[in-house]
Amino acid sequence: MRTTATGFVILAVIITAPAVPAIDFPAGRDAVGHALNRLTYGPRPGDVERVQRMGLSAWIDQQLSPARLDDSALASRLPAMPAKPKTVSSQQEARRYGREAVQVLAQQKVMRAVYSERQLEELLVDFWFNHFNVYAGKGRTSLFIPEYERDAIRPHVLGKFRDLLGATAKSPAMLFYLDNWLSADPEAAERLASQQQQRRARAGLTAPPNAQQRKRGLNENYGRELLELHTLGVDGGYTQDDVINVAKAFTGWTIGRPQPLGRRAQGARRRPFGQAPPAMDMDLGDAPFRFARELHDTSEKIVLGHRFKSGGGMDEGERVLDILASHPSTAKHIATKLVRRFVSDDPPEALVARVAARFRETDGDLREVVRAVITSPEFFAAREGKMKTPLEFIASAVRATGRDMTDAQPMLRALQQLGMAPYQCQPPTGYDDTAETWITAGALVTRMNVAQQIAGAQRATEIGGPEFQKR
Amino acid sequence: MMSRRVFVKSGAMAMVSLGFAPSFLARAAEAATARKKLLIAIFQRGAVDGLNMVVPYGEADYYKLRPSIAIPRPNAADGAIDLDGFFALHPRMGALKPLWDNSALAIVHACGSPDQTRSHFDAQDYMETATPGVKSTRDGWLNRYLQATGSDTSPLRGVAVTKQMPRSLQGHAPTLAVGNIESFDVRGGMGAARELETAFAGSSDSLLSGSAKAAFEAMRTLHAASSGRYQPAAGVEYPRSPFGQALQEIARIAKSDVGLEVAFTEATNWDHHVAEGATQGQIAQRLDDFSRALAALATDLGDRLSETVILTMSEFGRAVAENGNRGTDHGHGNAMLLIGGPVKGRKVYGKWPGLGADQRFEGRDLAVTTDFRDVFGEVATRHLSLSPEALANVFPGFRPGGQLGVFRA
Repeated sequence: MRTTATGFVILAVIITAPAVPAIDFPAGRDAVGHALNRLTYGPRPGDVERVQRMGLSAWIDQQLSPARLDDSALASRLPAMPAKPKTVSSQQEARRYGREAVQVLAQQKVMRAVYSERQLEELLVDFWFNHFNVYAGKGRTSLFIPEYERDAIRPHVLGKFRDLLGATAKSPAMLFYLDNWLSADPEAAERLASQQQQRRARAGLTAPPNAQQRKRGLNENYGRELLELHTLGVDGGYTQDDVINVAKAFTGWTIGRPQPLGRRAQGARRRPFGQAPPAMDMDLGDAPFRFARELHDTSEKIVLGHRFKSGGGMDEGERVLDILASHPSTAKHIATKLVRRFVSDDPPEALVARVAARFRETDGDLREVVRAVITSPEFFAAREGKMKTPLEFIASAVRATGRDMTDAQPMLRALQQLGMAPYQCQPPTGYDDTAETWITAGALVTRMNVAQQIAGAQRATEIGGPEFQKR
Repeated sequence: MMSRRVFVKSGAMAMVSLGFAPSFLARAAEAATARKKLLIAIFQRGAVDGLNMVVPYGEADYYKLRPSIAIPRPNAADGAIDLDGFFALHPRMGALKPLWDNSALAIVHACGSPDQTRSHFDAQDYMETATPGVKSTRDGWLNRYLQATGSDTSPLRGVAVTKQMPRSLQGHAPTLAVGNIESFDVRGGMGAARELETAFAGSSDSLLSGSAKAAFEAMRTLHAASSGRYQPAAGVEYPRSPFGQALQEIARIAKSDVGLEVAFTEATNWDHHVAEGATQGQIAQRLDDFSRALAALATDLGDRLSETVILTMSEFGRAVAENGNRGTDHGHGNAMLLIGGPVKGRKVYGKWPGLGADQRFEGRDLAVTTDFRDVFGEVATRHLSLSPEALANVFPGFRPGGQLGVFRA
C-alpha cells in the first residue's frame, strides 16, 4: 500500500515535471490571444476571455490531455464515412471507394479543425500526418488513409514517438505509398518465382507471358525516407549504404494480400468473351500488416554502425526503428520541426537543444516534448513572423465569424485553390511550414477572395487583411 | 487595329480617377515597345528518368540493365525516335521532333549536380538555389538573376504559374506566383480592394506588405493588357492537363507584353519506383503530355520564340538498372532540353560518360559530366542579359567549367 502510494507520487512527479524551469504564465489579453493563435485553429468569439478566466496554464494542461475534454458535440458535424465494401470486382470500384473515403475524411478534417474542443490534438494530428505524409493519389494508398489517420497517427500524437513510428511503418497506407510492400530480397523473389513456375508446370500450365517482369527485388524508397524525413533528418549522419541496409532490413514487411489490384483487373479484361468477370476476393477492410519471411533478405547488415547478424527476420525492422527512435539526430530533427511549427520559421537553437534533450530524457514522450515547446519563454516571446497555412487561415476565418458551417465542401475548394488540399500532397516531405511558401502575391489575392466568401462583405477586409494572416 | 495601347490608355484614365498612380501603365507601355528576352524554366519534379526520355540506344548496357523497361531501338516496332545515330527520343515525344529538325531543340545529357544527394527535397533545393551542397541559401537563382539585372519593382518580370512560389523565384526581387490570369482579381468591389490595399501597405511585416504590393500592381497591369478568355494561335491545342494549362497561361502572359523576363512552372509525377513502363505505361503518358504541351507552347509563341528559351530540368536522374519492381530508383546524371530560336539545336551536348560498370557513378548511375550551373550560366549570359562579371552574384561559389556553345552567336 505504502509502496503503491509512493509509486504514485513518483509517477506524478515524473508526469508533471516541467520541461524547463517553470515560467510565469503571462495572463494578459495579448499573451492569451497569442497562445490561442498558435495552439488552436484560431480563437472563436469569447475564447480569449474564457481562457483568461481559467488561466493559461490550466488551459494548456487541458489541451495536453484531450481525452478529458468533452468533444461530443463534434460527432454530429462529421459526415459519415462510406462503408468499405467487403470485396470489389474492379479497379474502378476500388478507386471510387478510395476517392469517396478521402473526400469525406477531408470534410471531417475541416470540421474537426473548426469545431473540435481538442484543438491542440487536431493541430498535432495535422502536424504528424504531414510529417509521415502519404498521398491519396498514389495507387491504392487512398483506400487505407482513413484508418491510417485514425489508427496509426491520432492515438500517438501525445504518446511515444517510437509507437507512432512503428504504427506508420506497419500501416498499409505507408507500405503502399513508399513501395515497401513490394520490396524483397531479389534472390528470394527469384527462388519463389521458379518454385511457382515448377508448380504451374506440374499442373500443366504454361508460364504467363510476363513472368520475367514479375520478378521482385529491393526497393529503397521507404528506407531512404524513413531516415531522411521520418527520423534522423537529411543531415542526420547516414550514408547510401545505410539506406540500402535499412531497405534490406525491411524486406518482407508487406501487407496481407500482396497481389496488386491492377493485375486482377488486367486478368478480368483478358477473360474469354461472354464470361462474367471474376469477383475480386480482396477484402478492402482488412489488408493487415504481414511479415513475409520468404521475401526477407537474411544476409548480414550494418545499419548506422550496428551489426545485424545473418539469419534475422522481422525483428530487424523493429531493431532499426529502435535505433532510429533513440538516435540523437532524431531528437534534434523532431525538436526542430515542432519549434518551427509553434515558435518560429527560424527555430532558435537554444530552444531546439532543450526540446531535443527533453525528447531524449523522456524516451520520446511527445506530450512532454510538446509541453517543452509551448511553455517556453521563446514561445511567448515569438509574437511575429509565423503566418497561417491555408488550412489554418480557412479554419480560423470560420471560427472567428462563429459561423455554423454545415458543409465543408466550399472550404475544401478554397484549400485546393490555395495549394493545400488535405491528403493530396504528393511528395513525402509533406506541406511546407514557412511563411515564404504560403504568403505570395497570388495566394494573398485568393485569401482576400476566400475572406469575402466566408465572412461576407462586413468582415472581409479584416479577415482578408494583413493581421489575420499572422499566426 | 483596335490597339492594345488604346485600351491601356483608357484603363489608365480610369485608374487616375480612382487615385492610383499610373506609373505601372507607363511601364507596361514601355515594355511593349522594348520586348525583353524570355526564359521559360520548367521543373520536372520527382526526377524524370532521363535515360528513357533521351535514350542512349547505342549503349548495349542500357538494354542489358533494363530488361523490362528499355525503349526499343529506332528501327524496332514503336521504337525510339532517332536523333543522331546514338541518342533517340522516347516514342511518345514525337511532338518535339519538328523542333529538333528545325534546329530549335538542343539537349544536354549527363548533366546534373556535383552534390551526391539522392534526396528529392535536397536535390530540388540545390538546383533551384543553384548552390549544390549549401542549405543556407535563402533565395533562388532566377530571383538572383532578376536582382542582378534590374531595379524595376514590377513583379511581372518573374512569374511562376504555380500555386506556391517555387524556390527558384523566391527572394528580394518582386515576383508573382499565380494559378491563372482570368481569376486573378480581388472580388467584392473597388472599395474593398482599396481598403485591403491600404491595410497591407501599412503592415509592419515586409513579406505581407511586399507581396500585397506586388499583387495589386500585377493585377492592374495584367488586366489592362489581357482580359477575357485566352485564344491561342490558330491550330494550337494545349493538353488539358495541369501542365498544358500552365504553359498556356505562360504564353498568355508572354504575349501580353507586360515585361515578362523569367517564367517558371512545373511538371510533376516522375518518381517511378514501381512499374515505370516503357513505350506504354506511366512514363510514356507523362512524356506524351510533357512533349505535346511544350510543342504547343513553342508554336503558340510564334515569332516570340526567336527571343525565347524554354529550359527543362529535373533534380537528378534515375539509376541505370531497373529495380526489383520494374521501376527505377534515384540516380544522378540526367538530360536537360533547351528549345527556342536562340538555341543551336539538332545536337546533344555534353560529354557522354558511357554506361559501362566502371563508367557509372558509384557503379549504378549515369555520371555527371556537365554541372547544371554551366547550363544555367550560359542561359543567363548568352541568352538573357547577365554580364559575365555578374555571374558570380547569381551563382555564388561556382567556377564555370567552360562554354557548351548551346546558343547561336
